[in-house]
Amino acid sequence: MSEIQLVVNGKPKIVISPEPHTTLLHWLRDTGLTGCKEGCAEGECGACAVLLRKPHGAGSRLLSINACLVQLAGLHGQEVITAEGLGTPEHLHPVQAAMVATGGSQCGYCTPGFISSMADEYYRPNRQAFDLEALSGNLCRCTGYRPIQEAAFGLGLPDSSDAFFALQNQAAPEAQPVLLEQAGRAYYRPTDLHHALKLLEQHPKAKLVAGGTDWGVEVNLRGSRAETQIAIDHLPELRQVIWQNDVAELGAALSLSELEHLIGNKIPLLHEWIPLFASRLIRNSATLGGNIGTASPIGDSPPILLALEAEVVLVSLAGERIVPLEHYFTGYRQTQKQPNEIIKAIRIPLPLAEHAKFYKIAKRRMDDISSVSVGVALRLESGVVNSIRIGLGGVAATPLRALETEAFLTGQPWNLGTVQAAAKIMANSGTPLDDHRASAAYRKAMLEQMLLKFFAEVRP
Amino acid sequence: MSLSERPAQPEVGKSIPHESAALHVTGQALYTDDLGGRLQNLLHAYPVQSPHAHAKILSLEVGAALEVTGVVRVLTAADVRGVNDAGVKHDEPLFPSVVQFVGHAVCWVLADSLEAARLGADAVKVEYEVLDAIITIQDAIRLESFQGSVQVLSRGDVTQIQEAAHIFEGEFEMGGQEHFYLETHAALAQVDEAGQMMIQSSTQHPTETQEIVAHVLGLQSHAVTVQCLRMGGGFGGKEMQPHGFAAIAAIGASLTGRPVSLRLNRTQDMTMTGKRHPFFAKWRIGFDQTGLIHALEVELFSDGGYSLDLSEPVLARALCHLDNAYFMPNIHAVGRVCKTNKTSQTAFRGFGGPQGMLVIEDILSRCAPLLGLKPEDLRSRNFYQPNQATPYGQVVKDTERMPKIWSALLETSQFKQRQLEIAAFNQHNQHLKRGIAITPIKFGISFNFTAYNQAGALVMIYKDGSVLITHGGTEMGQGLHTKMLQVAATALGVPLEMVRLAPTRTDKVPNTSASAASSSADLNGGAVKDACEQIKSRLAVIASSRFFVNPADVRFSSGQVFPVGYPAKSVPFAEIVSEAYYKRVSLFASGFYRTEGLHWDRVAMFGNPFKYFSYGASVSEVEIDGFSGAYKLSRVDILQDVGDSLSPLIDIGQIEGGFVQGAGWLTLEDLRWDAKGRLSTQSASTYKLPSLSEMPEVFKVALLEQAHESGVVYGSKAIGEPPVMLAISVREALRDGIAAFGNNSSSVLLPSPATPEAVFWAIQRAKQS
Repeated sequence: MSEIQLVVNGKPKIVISPEPHTTLLHWLRDTGLTGCKEGCAEGECGACAVLLRKPHGAGSRLLSINACLVQLAGLHGQEVITAEGLGTPEHLHPVQAAMVATGGSQCGYCTPGFISSMADEYYRPNRQAFDLEALSGNLCRCTGYRPIQEAAFGLGLPDSSDAFFALQNQAAPEAQPVLLEQAGRAYYRPTDLHHALKLLEQHPKAKLVAGGTDWGVEVNLRGSRAETQIAIDHLPELRQVIWQNDVAELGAALSLSELEHLIGNKIPLLHEWIPLFASRLIRNSATLGGNIGTASPIGDSPPILLALEAEVVLVSLAGERIVPLEHYFTGYRQTQKQPNEIIKAIRIPLPLAEHAKFYKIAKRRMDDISSVSVGVALRLESGVVNSIRIGLGGVAATPLRALETEAFLTGQPWNLGTVQAAAKIMANSGTPLDDHRASAAYRKAMLEQMLLKFFAEVRP
Repeated sequence: MSLSERPAQPEVGKSIPHESAALHVTGQALYTDDLGGRLQNLLHAYPVQSPHAHAKILSLEVGAALEVTGVVRVLTAADVRGVNDAGVKHDEPLFPSVVQFVGHAVCWVLADSLEAARLGADAVKVEYEVLDAIITIQDAIRLESFQGSVQVLSRGDVTQIQEAAHIFEGEFEMGGQEHFYLETHAALAQVDEAGQMMIQSSTQHPTETQEIVAHVLGLQSHAVTVQCLRMGGGFGGKEMQPHGFAAIAAIGASLTGRPVSLRLNRTQDMTMTGKRHPFFAKWRIGFDQTGLIHALEVELFSDGGYSLDLSEPVLARALCHLDNAYFMPNIHAVGRVCKTNKTSQTAFRGFGGPQGMLVIEDILSRCAPLLGLKPEDLRSRNFYQPNQATPYGQVVKDTERMPKIWSALLETSQFKQRQLEIAAFNQHNQHLKRGIAITPIKFGISFNFTAYNQAGALVMIYKDGSVLITHGGTEMGQGLHTKMLQVAATALGVPLEMVRLAPTRTDKVPNTSASAASSSADLNGGAVKDACEQIKSRLAVIASSRFFVNPADVRFSSGQVFPVGYPAKSVPFAEIVSEAYYKRVSLFASGFYRTEGLHWDRVAMFGNPFKYFSYGASVSEVEIDGFSGAYKLSRVDILQDVGDSLSPLIDIGQIEGGFVQGAGWLTLEDLRWDAKGRLSTQSASTYKLPSLSEMPEVFKVALLEQAHESGVVYGSKAIGEPPVMLAISVREALRDGIAAFGNNSSSVLLPSPATPEAVFWAIQRAKQS
């Protein structure tokens, strides 16, 4: 099978033997749907955003994704809707009409992407109000956003006769298995975990692709190409949330948007953090497993997961093993994961510490990469620190725990004096660097300040 | 009727959406790079970029590239039949023998696919001899690495500064800014069916693109046509910079006979094209007892990058805006363009004006506490009075508008009351402080370069009465085409639907000026109106014989023609048009406009370079987290003079967008080059522009009422650039909030951009003072 089939704007399309790295963006543009724009090719600007119909309960959801980061091959069997498909100049979609009326477009280049993200939010089930965060992954250089906000806030709810709304009541088309071998490169989507692990054993250098939001950047900006890609985003074994008394197990291939929906407020720290992670465009694809799998020292989830004492479930044909996250990272973008292993899930021990916070230091509030991030989880007993776990990002080659600070505070009274002393210790954690995001001195200062801030927010 | 007078029921002044809005939102608006897919046999161009900031090319081997499947040709200097230069000053070789910055294109690979072109570029082998490079503005000053002329703006006797009651001095360095138009540079060249070189280019200056393509190909201008459908943002970044890319595509098309598409990816765009100039200023200022500026001495250095490009006029505009809204009897300002091994910095919305103004606004805010004055009082005290002249000798027109705007905005923004509330808030919050500030702008409108202040238009009426217009300006999102449609409909007295606008092309209107300097609506509007009125006066003659009245008494309104006072006798516009055709009266005209009364001696830096001044003021309020220096913009109030607005929805959009872009420059956008001259913020993930989260939580924009501007098309004023400088109030509000972490009364030093990190360190300094 070297054919990729998908539905675009209601029309079935068949693509014969695409090069496995061909992005949805380039393919759409080649077919004449040039409303899909390349603004950055790394999922930062949203000019390429289109809607992908994904499963949601018994029905489906139109979710806005970055077409620049998604490979066409990964969409076999699925359905895509672009700005062209939502409406025409003669028959504008309500979202489009709103943007016209408020002056939400100036140069118009970012506009189709904004339309996609707005439509995603417009069709969000049980929406009370428009959540502006839905547009956090779309950049506009012309308007200053005020008229876009006006358009968004002025939207009503979809009409019952709305065809796209009706579409959401139907089950999403299933992502189909893929076996694409073309010009010495292969793209596989196995049907289940066992199949995936067997493929991985045959192709130990294969690139595992879940959300692809990091890999897509490598492909687009650094020209990386993989001989073999194995898509694991639809493996049912990696897509569950399991609640037990003493542990919550979060499937590694669930998108962060799905995770947000599935865990609700049951893990408050994650509930607070997920909206701060990149943008909704990214979260509609990106996975927790991926954020750990890339092992970036500035990934957002490790500091939080370290604070939550998380463990990584690795699976291979030989079986499963559980590795505490603090031992998982072994060096710059290096981990304990063996080539034949897949991250299956992240385990979070329960009950959770009663006080937990996450601090992300970045230039921009939405959709920015942190220069420093700090996750803290504190258990107090009569004003004394029973235990404290602090995860740090951006201060070393790997995410790490602030072990000395933790040790200093454990057993100490939780008051300004001890916290100030601990903050001085925390400032010396890791070996922060100077770079374009922040100076080493600022990073150090932030380690100190964030513990002080935590104290200001969590007073006994 | 005069140029500025509006007829009854004009189409100008109506709030209408952008003329392409319905196309934008449905993804159907076409941009340069969207056209390539419609052509057969398209080739893609991809650059080989220098890894060194300064190096001599010893050898260039392209053989391996030609082995790559799909690669058709590698373009090198040997392929240039005309002049090997991408600029107008002969300092930007299209194919360099010495690379001048990291990312400089050495040669270009043409291939059947973009992927093949990329692989081909990887295969090209270049041997370099690395030369010493100058990266920072400070190194350039130290090593006296300058380019272009020394510019001196002087009035009065600056040695008088010694007599001043208070003398202060200081230094200030400000960062540049990446344009980050969402559409990167793009060009598409093909030899058309008539043998001419047809270029589609994302360019603000089609005529100059045409001229440079012609000189590179060794052709006369008439053999090259440039069309710009629309741009996905320009902001000045496509004024001088698109030409070389168009020329590469043109060379490729002429050599291969195939259409050639060139589109930079974001990294290429950021590493190859110029940005807003970073500046460094050294200053000394003297105030009298009451806080009036007595004398100002400034040395202004801009970082021009490797070539001159537009650096000289940018510097001139910076010098001409050191005064902003303030009278300075004695001034001596010397400007130099530094030459560094970086991208060639270029025009960016404001064109030096923002940098010049930022210097004086920074000075005033630093000095106010030392003078024991509130910054807002120090500012208003120094506003120009009637009949006072700028340092370059131009008597300031409409000086009364500045205090009028100022007091109205203080009132509507409840400035004083909020100041008290903020003081109370700050008293009760240890880790969170708020700040508020008001700042003014006065921005000169017209190109400093007098010859650019002209424009042309072509207006054609077909026999059915439908109207087609084109003009010399380009559409980059600023709404120029929307305004021009409104101007034409108003001038001809027809409904908007009867007028269509065709894309900007050099074979429709020749010798155009760049769409820049905020002047496009003034200039092209004047030309469109002129053309319409020529035709209308011919139609009036036709109608007059029908109505038995003098042609001067024929009225055109809403698609009807009638004798003045007798609308009941209306005849449809199309009927008069048809009659004119049968009577063999021409139904098309070229319009022309030149701004009168301008003169500028660029050596003496003296004259009347500006038609008028744009006035405005803004109030910003911020809230700062003392732990991290992170802040949010809570509220912004703006009052801006746009004359009688041609198109209020468009103008308000320009103000909001310009403001947020300015705020990005001053707070968030942080261009960093490493010691080797590599741009370390070369992508959207490392260079952050404002997102929705940076939008002010409350954003109130108002247009000054009763602001008719005589002598400008339908009484309007320019709006493209001025709002950028309104964002200075954000920076000053941050400074106000930072001071609240200290004892509130000392001078606060604040770098630019005022990133959270910069604010954090400023807070630490304030706490220690």
